[in-house]
Amino acid sequence: MIAQNVAFGIIAAAMVLGALGVVRTKNVVHAALYLVVVLAGGAAQFILLGQEFVAWVQVLVYIGAVIVLFLFGIMLTRAPMHPTESLDNSLRWPGLVVSLFLAGVLSTLLVDAYHADKVEPSEPIRTATVTKSVFTVYIIPFEVVGVLLLGALIGAVVLARKD
Amino acid sequence: MDWFLENAWLVPLIPAVSFVVILLVGKRMPRQGSEVGIAAVGTSFVLSCGAAIGWIRHLQHAEPGTSALGALGRSVGRLTAEGHEAPVEPVLRSVTWFQNGGVKLTAGIQIDGLAVVMMFMVTLVSLLVHIYSVEYMRGDRRFTYFFAALSLFTASMLLLVVADNTLQLLVGWELVGVCSFMLIGHWWEEKENSSAAIKAFLTTRTGDIGLMIGVITTFFIVQRATGEGSFNIIELNRAVSEPRIGHTIVLWCALALLLGIIGKSGQFPLHTWLPDAMAGPTPVSALIHAATMVVAGVYLGLRVYPVFFHGLSIGTPGHSWINWMAGVGGITVLVGASLAFVQDDIKKVLAYSTISQLGYMVMALGVGAWTAAVFHLFTHAFFKADLFLGAGSVSHSGAHHSFDMKTDMGGLKKYMPQTYRTFVIGSLALAGIFPLAGFWSKDEILVSAGHNGYKLFLVIGLVGAVLTAAYMTRCVYLTFHGEYRGAHDPHAVPHADEAEHDPADTPALVELDAHAHAPHESNGLLLGPLWVLSFFAVFAGFLNFPHWSRFALWVDPRYPTQFQEIISEVAFNPILAAISVLGALAGGGVAWAYYTGRVEALRDLTLRNGAARVGKRLLVNKYYLDYLYEDVIVAGIRGPVAQAVYWVNQHVIDNVLNYAGRGAQALGHLTYDYVDQKGVDGLVNGLGAATGESGGVVRRIQTGRLQFYALMLVGAVGVFALALWVFT
Amino acid sequence: MLLNQFLLLSAFLFCTGIYGVLVRKHAVLVLMSIELMLAAVNINLVAFGAFRNNAIGQVFALFVLTIAAAEVGVGLAIVLLIYRNLNSANLDDVETLKG
Repeated sequence: MIAQNVAFGIIAAAMVLGALGVVRTKNVVHAALYLVVVLAGGAAQFILLGQEFVAWVQVLVYIGAVIVLFLFGIMLTRAPMHPTESLDNSLRWPGLVVSLFLAGVLSTLLVDAYHADKVEPSEPIRTATVTKSVFTVYIIPFEVVGVLLLGALIGAVVLARKD
Repeated sequence: MDWFLENAWLVPLIPAVSFVVILLVGKRMPRQGSEVGIAAVGTSFVLSCGAAIGWIRHLQHAEPGTSALGALGRSVGRLTAEGHEAPVEPVLRSVTWFQNGGVKLTAGIQIDGLAVVMMFMVTLVSLLVHIYSVEYMRGDRRFTYFFAALSLFTASMLLLVVADNTLQLLVGWELVGVCSFMLIGHWWEEKENSSAAIKAFLTTRTGDIGLMIGVITTFFIVQRATGEGSFNIIELNRAVSEPRIGHTIVLWCALALLLGIIGKSGQFPLHTWLPDAMAGPTPVSALIHAATMVVAGVYLGLRVYPVFFHGLSIGTPGHSWINWMAGVGGITVLVGASLAFVQDDIKKVLAYSTISQLGYMVMALGVGAWTAAVFHLFTHAFFKADLFLGAGSVSHSGAHHSFDMKTDMGGLKKYMPQTYRTFVIGSLALAGIFPLAGFWSKDEILVSAGHNGYKLFLVIGLVGAVLTAAYMTRCVYLTFHGEYRGAHDPHAVPHADEAEHDPADTPALVELDAHAHAPHESNGLLLGPLWVLSFFAVFAGFLNFPHWSRFALWVDPRYPTQFQEIISEVAFNPILAAISVLGALAGGGVAWAYYTGRVEALRDLTLRNGAARVGKRLLVNKYYLDYLYEDVIVAGIRGPVAQAVYWVNQHVIDNVLNYAGRGAQALGHLTYDYVDQKGVDGLVNGLGAATGESGGVVRRIQTGRLQFYALMLVGAVGVFALALWVFT
Repeated sequence: MLLNQFLLLSAFLFCTGIYGVLVRKHAVLVLMSIELMLAAVNINLVAFGAFRNNAIGQVFALFVLTIAAAEVGVGLAIVLLIYRNLNSANLDDVETLKG
């Protein structure tokens, strides 16, 4: 038990720092890299929870593809690759207030609701279970998502065309 | 034959339709509308004859033994209800044209002997006048309208005659007044003609005040008697006889209606319009102011006689030897007769004569001689119309369209023999010489007056008869005898057949060609009606020949609850008849002697004798009545009263209005400045401004920046989440 | 392990992501913050799935993942368009809808 909690704590700290880095850094590329940290941490948490499949999928898809996309985007929009002046707009303080407020509300809610619940993953969930679930019970969302991906693909191509 | 009685409503309707037709298409017709008028009145005359025959047969069916061959003696003094004949209902038809609450107004016909007699007389005289007018009004500037007005007049008079309720009678009465106004003022381009028309209209209007009050009172009399008000004449007559009705209301009704009769029938003191009405064309004078319209008043008296009989207590002469009706009639007889002596205008002589004879009729009603009044009305229509048309003939063909006896006539006997004869027949009838018509009718009046206890009026009637003979003798002498005074010709026109006094046609060229305008006999269209009327003037009287008395039989109002019991019938009194004839002959003789100047003692009497001179001046000034009316009453009102009223109008009323106007204006300004500009506009502008301002404020949310919107979104979500958690 | 620790972590990440969405000027950074939020959601889902000892959390997270990927693709295409039209990826410059 302890080991898990400790592991959780370390990973959580890393994630927190990474998240703060994303929203506070003056360097756009660094922000992307901080995001990698957060996402990796996320995958680690998944493994901690015994959900291995989604952990590896996260690594593959998110870190592998999405971050690369981001880096492409940064490049294509000629974003400053060096630290610039603040990348924040004028809404810094209202944004902070709202975020904190929301955080407060959420936390209070969560603590209030789930303070007694414990998570005890006895054994990791097998990939087979997940895929079985996907392909039988949730087959329709799966197909829909497939179509969605197709739409997104075509949409992105159409949008970004130079003509 | 009953068809004619049932459909007697056609009799007024046909001339009314002809009026409209003549107005619309008269000018384009070959005879400018006169043929339509003659056809219409002719048809009405035929229908009236049919109605007359129908009524006679109606009577025969109801009461066998009254045929022409079965003579019945009339009972004497039938003032009580006993011994009257079997009831014969008048033919009644009506339609309701207005109904509201308890008031029901009807238009209808009541055909009985009286109505039939009137219809016959009116349509006959109207037809003869129409025929006469074709020649007399030839070339007139308003020929077509003249005939239209004649048709309208005939229709109105017939409407009045057949009326079964006093309201319809009133309508007919007013309509004939309007037609009279139109026709008197036919040549209104001359001021005196239009003045005469206005004078006629206003004088009769004065009388109509009484008439209207009277008609309204009749409604309430019926209401008091039966609980439900009505204008119906039969119901009125019935109601008045009931003892339940107080005497006062009937008296007031009678007096009010009497005022109407005084105005319309030219009784003293409202007789002054009749002589001036002679300004109208002669056919008009003959029809309206001799035979028909002026007798409308008498007809009213005949129709609602119980009102007068009970109201003025005519049937009880022992109570008083005079009553209002007889008194008015009697004075009128004398006033009219006396004024006829000093007139130089032949038509004015006849006008005063008409006034006098109308006085006889009203006097007859006043002494309770109902049948005599009807009879005199009937005969008078014929001989008076004869006289008037004769005067027109004289003027048209013998006196260059002038009516002045002294300057333009004289000695026309040899130039116009037929006119002379018809005129003399008419005069004799008027004077009451046996055996012409006037004798019988006038005599009946005198006999009844004597018999019913009104001795004074018997005397008045005799004096009137004497005077009548005298002035008619004067008139005949001046017109037809002596030297022809019309040798000069101020109105020389090349064409002889011209309408009288028509200056529009007077050419600039004045030809003093006496030969072209020598007096000559009139043509057939003028003479025909004269002979027809003379015929009636001679023979109409025999209808009431004593002991045969068909006329009385026919007009007797037999409907038992009408007023049969108050009609008095008196036997023929040969002594009185002889006295009246002798008196008339004496009067005629004296007048002849005076005016022909053959008797030394009488020659130029008014020049020598002071009293006679004063008397003559009084007469010439028409008893100063016109002076009283125009210079005293009218000027008095026009002067100080009008000034006072004008002052009140200018200073009081106008000021009230001005201040009201100014006040409204000030209020308007106030409202504009404060309420509208500041208040309402302020409110509206403020609203607009507030909306704009708030919009300006709220607009700042629309920054166009995505993240700002996202901020709002998230903030809201947070708030909702909190709210949700807190409140559940 | 408490369930709450995961949930609170997730909440924190989510709010950080919101902060980033609201505050960051550069469009790509905003997209990155969105990714942060989605990651947080994933953690939440998976935590609940583990709580229930069920595959359902994973499956849901899988779908979220897929959609996130698609969304990033399209989002970046849009950002490119903005960049092409306004010559700047700065979201402050996108204010044509300003009222």
